[in-house]
Amino acid sequence: MARWVDEIVTEERLLHPGHAACAGCGPAINVRHVLDGLAAARPDSRIVLVIPASCWTIIAGVWPVNAFGVTVHLTPFASAAVEAAAIKSALRLVGRTDTQVVVWGGDGSTCDIGFTGVSAAAERNDDVVYVLNDNEAYMNTGVQKSGGTPEGAWTTTTPAAAPRSGQKKEIARIMAAHGIPYVATLAAGSVPMLKDFRAKVTRAAGIPGFRFLHALGACPPGWKYPTGESAEIVRLAVESHVFPLWECDHGAWRITYRPKRPVPVRDYLGVQGRFSHLSREEIDAIQAHVDERWDALTAVGEPDRELPRASSR
Amino acid sequence: MRDQLEGSRAIARAVAACRPEVISAYPISPQTHIVEALSDLVRTGELAPCEYLPVESEFAAMSAAIGASAAGARAYTATASQGLLYMAEALFNASGLGLPIVMTLANRALGAPINIWNDHSDSMSLRDSGWIQLYAESNQAAIDLHLQAFKLAEELSLPVMVCVDGYVLTHAVEPLELPAQEQVDGFLPRYEPRQVLDPDAPVTIGAMVGPEAFTEVRYLAHAKQMHALDLVPEIASEFAGAFGRPSGGLLRRYRTAEADTIVVALGSVLGTIADVVDELRDEGARIGALGITCFRPFPLEEIREALRHAERVVLVERAFAVGMGGIVGQNVRLALQGQPTVVYDVVAGLGGRAVTTRSLRRLFADVLEGRLEPNRLHFLDMDWKLVERELHRLQERRRSGPHAENILRDVGVIAGRSH
Repeated sequence: MARWVDEIVTEERLLHPGHAACAGCGPAINVRHVLDGLAAARPDSRIVLVIPASCWTIIAGVWPVNAFGVTVHLTPFASAAVEAAAIKSALRLVGRTDTQVVVWGGDGSTCDIGFTGVSAAAERNDDVVYVLNDNEAYMNTGVQKSGGTPEGAWTTTTPAAAPRSGQKKEIARIMAAHGIPYVATLAAGSVPMLKDFRAKVTRAAGIPGFRFLHALGACPPGWKYPTGESAEIVRLAVESHVFPLWECDHGAWRITYRPKRPVPVRDYLGVQGRFSHLSREEIDAIQAHVDERWDALTAVGEPDRELPRASSR
Repeated sequence: MRDQLEGSRAIARAVAACRPEVISAYPISPQTHIVEALSDLVRTGELAPCEYLPVESEFAAMSAAIGASAAGARAYTATASQGLLYMAEALFNASGLGLPIVMTLANRALGAPINIWNDHSDSMSLRDSGWIQLYAESNQAAIDLHLQAFKLAEELSLPVMVCVDGYVLTHAVEPLELPAQEQVDGFLPRYEPRQVLDPDAPVTIGAMVGPEAFTEVRYLAHAKQMHALDLVPEIASEFAGAFGRPSGGLLRRYRTAEADTIVVALGSVLGTIADVVDELRDEGARIGALGITCFRPFPLEEIREALRHAERVVLVERAFAVGMGGIVGQNVRLALQGQPTVVYDVVAGLGGRAVTTRSLRRLFADVLEGRLEPNRLHFLDMDWKLVERELHRLQERRRSGPHAENILRDVGVIAGRSH
């Protein structure tokens, strides 16, 4: 198995070692596979990475240190999608059509403060790869609730006594509803999941227009678990149907990874301190919501239940 | 080339002649005619190569300008009023990064109460955003200032805001001198960015700077603005040489020689003030006017020099700082420090209230004949009876209701007919 991983992950790493991410940072694994995957899919291309305010403002490096092997533009919180589109426009004017402009934006940027901008860039079908780096709260400011925070989770603004009520915004399905060419969810929880992850990145690199990749990244300090468990927790998120892996390619929906024996949601919740206050009834309610969402998604994903195919723009 | 056209269309033509490569904008009155015209020029191919991005908000418009400028394109946008406020975070980002974006601001009041007409509350509220601010006193000046703005912005690597009075100028149709493309090409060289997001050479733009260098980086923004005090007149004289007409500069003096009273203002009201100055000069008064074209950076020394011999200075301002007073006044007083000059701060023309020659004549006569109290805030054509009635209502009962509605009821007209 290890050899197989080597086969797909041999290229130069565009996230340099020595960066400032926390030990066990799930998003650090994800960004590395996103960038390396995009670069490998289009070897003659260059990447400009656009990052709104987030942990990655710090991890990218304080001048003159650059954690990335690509050109990086750091933007205000809500600016990333449109700045990326404008960078693409400017590069097109000087003939640099070989450049992939990639946004690496957090769940706060994407689901909350910058949502208008993400939606508008999708509606314009701007030629950008937008990657949602979802660690399910405002982690850089110390774990506050965002639109990406799941039901029942503790954060500093949804304390254990009154945890997050309401549902995590179904941002990827919302983006798919924009009729953009490609939407996919990504999780680096196991070798098969990583294979799926990299295949989707490769697919995204080959399509023009607005591509939206939703990458779940576990956060040890924010989710409260030991730093060595990041991949395992993401694996459980997928195996429990909490975070289904799917894609919508030009309107064609497909579940890309079907857990053979789905694990109960409590197995996923139970290994994270942010859910430790939940009662059995509360966990049952979350299980019911997860089941409902899975049923709705798989219904959409069945071949005979495809949504109308979006026009290929 | 002389042509009879609307201010907005003329500004759009001038901007197009500067060959912007990325234009991003969100519609807001009274800026719309400018960006509509530019969008047309891009669609018809008259302005090429250029991409017009019809974005989802003013914040996005400024963000797009930042992205395009950082990637090496000549970037332009336009807005007004609430739109400028909605951009605020990105405005500081653009100036902090030192990106030479040019923006037209069609000056308009800020709500609440909502008001679409002209004053300077919008640009004054963001006077310290790190942008250079130039104020046009006519549509011809607006055309000429845009050409100079791109040159200035790119020489300094700083953004420039060209402030043009909404409706009064943007919607006025008049004969205007439009620059020929060859002339503009000769005046404005190709944009060579100081910093650029080069895909081949990994760099970071916008990275974090800690306490060890933040002060120095901020100081450099100030130093560049101070350098503009030299560059603005240089570019104005270069412009005069190339286009054969004087335009731009830091200040414009109008009959200030041997004037003991000088009226200071910004923007289109200067035309009306000049008419009144002429009338009063004919009657023997020693009065003149000083237009501030460049408000940021603030030409402190030049204003001190221009007002040195004046006994009285009258500031006619189209905005004011609530709880403080005149904004231009605060700045001009600094220039007059240590001088015995008597200063009159007069707020005029808020929310589109016309500043008429009759009102100005009465104001200047009051100043010249010692009837206006110096060193306090005055409001031209203020209806004090309306204010007092509302103040009385406030004392009378707790739930007195919204000011705007009460006053409009007292006035007895609806807003659209009130002027």
